[in-house]
Amino acid sequence: MEKAEEKRHTIVPFGPQHPVLPEPLHFDFVLEDEKVVDVIPSIGYIHRGLEILVQKREFTEYVYVAERICGICSFIHGMGYCEAIEEIMKISVPERAKYLRLIWSELSRVHSHLLWLGLAADAFGFENLFMQAWRARELVLDIIEETTGGRVIFGACKIGGVRKDITDESLKTMVTVIDGMYKDVRTICDVFLNDSSVKERLCGIGILSREDAYSLGAVGPMLRASGVSYDTRKLGYGAFGDIDFDIVTETAGDCYARCAVRVHEIFQSFHIIKQAISKIPGGPISVKVTGAPNGEAMVRYEQPRGEVIYYVKANGTKFLTRFRARTPTFANIPAMIQALKGCDFADVANIVLTIDPCISCTER
Amino acid sequence: MAYFTMAKDTLANLFRKPATRMYPSVVREIFPATRGHIAMDITTCIFCGICQKKCPTGAIKVDRANKTWEIERLACIACASCSDACPKQSLSMENTYTGPVTILEKPKTREEVSGA
Ligand code: SF4
Ligand code: SF4
Repeated sequence: MEKAEEKRHTIVPFGPQHPVLPEPLHFDFVLEDEKVVDVIPSIGYIHRGLEILVQKREFTEYVYVAERICGICSFIHGMGYCEAIEEIMKISVPERAKYLRLIWSELSRVHSHLLWLGLAADAFGFENLFMQAWRARELVLDIIEETTGGRVIFGACKIGGVRKDITDESLKTMVTVIDGMYKDVRTICDVFLNDSSVKERLCGIGILSREDAYSLGAVGPMLRASGVSYDTRKLGYGAFGDIDFDIVTETAGDCYARCAVRVHEIFQSFHIIKQAISKIPGGPISVKVTGAPNGEAMVRYEQPRGEVIYYVKANGTKFLTRFRARTPTFANIPAMIQALKGCDFADVANIVLTIDPCISCTER
Repeated sequence: MAYFTMAKDTLANLFRKPATRMYPSVVREIFPATRGHIAMDITTCIFCGICQKKCPTGAIKVDRANKTWEIERLACIACASCSDACPKQSLSMENTYTGPVTILEKPKTREEVSGA
């Protein structure tokens, strides 16, 4: 009897280099026929030691390193680091800078979600949809490049404010571009939400219950797709206190729900950006920073992939003692394992993608 | 359930002009703000060394005594921290990228480097 059972378990290695995974992540799948019964993840392929680098770079220069933790949510990493230092040094950032930070962080959410939609379409084999999503994303990248100078590495944040202002004219163009994108992105998103073949691949796959999502500490769209209404932006950091928006939630907790949350968040971000542009005050964009930080701070922000936590410890010199970033993908791995258990082997790629894994962030 | 939701778009694709460009005959417009590469006007430089201090990657080497300024292009991350800090505005961030290297330099031998 025991022997027969042993025989039925197969272990299939998956990754770190795999056609459907854009990121180096390794799994060992324990299969029973085509069903996944257990998953053992392992990471550690692209650890770059960025946290320890904080002891070798002056705290003002480390902003550039922090931004390079990830190539997609780069801006919020830079911003989070800056705001942690600002909290230690008790610097109050000018209002205009707060709004500019908000606009850029929401733009990065839009481009990240469009990138994800493309990758998801690619994973379930819908090439045309993949290309359309990335074509739309290009428009956002153009706005970003025009206003900051970089496509994915913005380089716009600094301690005490921002390095670049957006002119009123550029803000107006931004509104026009975003208004034009509504229809375009709507067409693409409607395919994700309504198409029968897409639904076939996403509905009822990789279900994560509300209780599991909460107790396993899932964050971001993964958590909201399971019905927990939690968004760090509601803490009102930066200029978010003045912005009116509702948290997007879904209840099914499957791949489709996670996709739908991201789709709705794109439009929500458009709405937030437009609100911010209509409310943005004038004035300076940065304050002068003198001295060195002394103390520690912990801050939380909402990345496109979920809640991120930064911890900074300084000792009064130009070099910090500790910097730590707890990235959303790291928090989502236990929930992903739970969602993978019991699924079909053919659905693995889809489920892994729906947490929007960013392993470079996770390993720093 | 909706079927063929992408069909309209697929048909339109046949008649639309491509979203991509025929590079290199059509080149993408460059934004004025794009951070391309650092340009240097050596005539105004006072060799103060501030840019070297401000560079997060250590790409710039300034020699005060011999009045030389060097940049290692491959180490530069185009952050514009040096050009923001230069007191004489000798450095500027240009919006074009440096071109590809087309002439392959023969690597120097160890003897040539040490001058033996
Ligand atoms: S900061 Fe400007 S003036 Fe000073 S060494 Fe560098 S380029 Fe020359
Ligand atoms: S642009 Fe940045 S990385 Fe490049 S030389 Fe200047 S300071 Fe160094």
